[in-house]
This record gives sequence, C-alpha cells and structure tokens, in this order.
Amino acid sequence: MLLIHCPYCEEERPELEFRHAGEAHVARPVEITAESDEAFEGYFFIRANPRGIAYERWRHIHGCGRFFNAVRDTVSDRFFATYKAGRKKPDAAKFAGAATGGKDKR
Amino acid sequence: MADVANRDLKAMRREKLAGLSTTRERVSVTPGPPAARLALRAGEDALNSVSRALGVGVPRKPKTSARAKSGGRVALWLGPDEWLVIDEDGADLPAAAGWAKALHSAVDVSHRNVAILVAGDGAETCLAAGCPQDLSLAAFPVGACSRTVLGKVEIVLWRTSERAFHVEVWRSFAEYAYAFLAEAARDV
Repeated sequence: MLLIHCPYCEEERPELEFRHAGEAHVARPVEITAESDEAFEGYFFIRANPRGIAYERWRHIHGCGRFFNAVRDTVSDRFFATYKAGRKKPDAAKFAGAATGGKDKR
Repeated sequence: MADVANRDLKAMRREKLAGLSTTRERVSVTPGPPAARLALRAGEDALNSVSRALGVGVPRKPKTSARAKSGGRVALWLGPDEWLVIDEDGADLPAAAGWAKALHSAVDVSHRNVAILVAGDGAETCLAAGCPQDLSLAAFPVGACSRTVLGKVEIVLWRTSERAFHVEVWRSFAEYAYAFLAEAARDV
C-alpha cells in the first residue's frame, strides 16, 4: 500500500486514511466581487493538471483530519514531499531529477 | 389511555451491542462498558487550563494517550488540536471541562461512540484484518492511539496493553465493526 507522510502526525500512514483535496496554492482573490468574469473563471475552475510534478492539497481525513500540501509525480504516483498548510511551496527543480513526468514515451 | 398514564414510564438506555460476545482460541471480541466521552478541541494556549480542569494532562505528541493519575479517565490524541476524552466511571465531563477558563470546545459524545474490546494473543492479527496501520508493538506501542480505518468505517484505535485494544466506533457503525471483528477473529 502507498504510504503518505502526514506532517501533523509526523509519520507515514496508509493511503486509505487520506483524501485528495485538489490543487494546492490556489490563492483566493482579495477582492472577489471586483474580479472580472475571466479572472474569476481562472481562479474558480481552471486547474494546471500537469503531467509530472504536481502541488496538491491532501487531507488526513481518517487520521488527524488536517489538510496539508504534497508534491506528487502524477505519472509514477510517487510523493516527493509533504508539508504543513501555509508553508512555502518547495522548488520543483529539487525533484526534477527524480520525476518521470513528461519523459516516458508511449 | 389511563393505563399508560399510570404506568411507570422510564427512559431505558439500550446498549447497542448488548448481549454480544465472541471468544475464539486466541482472541476475544466484546462490547465495552458504557462510558462518558468528550470531543475536545483546544488551542495550544488553552491546554494547561483544560488539562487542569479535566484532571488529565492532554498529550501533545501525535499518536499518544494520557491517563489520569486515578480513576478511569484517559485523553487520546486525535489531531494537533483535537482529543477524545473517555471516562469509564461516567463522570460529567462537559461540566469538568467547563471549569477551564481558557477558550476551548467540549462536546459530550458519550452516546455517539460505542467501545469494542479486542483482547488476546491474536488481538493484533484480528485488527490487522481491517486496519491498514502497522500495529506491531514497535510501531504501535502500549498507550498509542490513532483515528484510523477498520474495513469501511472510521474508528479510534487505542492500545491498552500488549495484547489488548480498545476500539471506539460510531454507534451506527458499531454493528458493522463488531461483525467485522468477530469474523476476523475466526481466522486468527
């Protein structure tokens, strides 16, 4: 079973305890009523959905219940890092060497 | 109608798993006794105050529990600001928490949960049938507790001794959890 490191429980837990919670680091507009329709669409609906390294929110729903952020390779499903919500996002270049995204030929 | 009015009508508490008991060669699965339970949420700065009020130092370390010096009261760490307090003597926990002056949230969930006790040499194996966590003594020592999964339902698992676990499950899931463990006990 895939093990995911929960930064709040400070250990690896089985994936069954977790739930995916969408893309991470999507900033809510400060003045949401002043947003144009296009800008609001971008914030509300449009997601990066990258092939390779993705920044995602996860929730340890059947554990401590906390949301946290994770860096995951969407091709190999490998977790490179998990970190507490509110922390700065780690540089993707750090994981580029280990990532398979975009490199595999089908 | 008169008969109804004259009858001594009293609300009776009906235990969810009353009368059930499973004993196999290496493990027994039995419903736990009724207990008072408290869902406690508190920030870092309120912990000392709440601990004093409840008479049990709430644990700060993940996956740990703390017992009161006397009596059957225990605080289980569920999350960074969340605990489950269980009092087997049925004390009035919300009233006790009410003595704490610091801001916190305390909700009586005594009847929300049902306890199932899994004991015996095969207790670990029995739970492993449905719980994906590593339950070996090294990873899940005596006193360790965690919210986790059993089969398809969420439970709070607490290791009370090397060969005994205390499972807290929501009342409406209790029959499922009990049946799951009783089935698992056959294979241990």
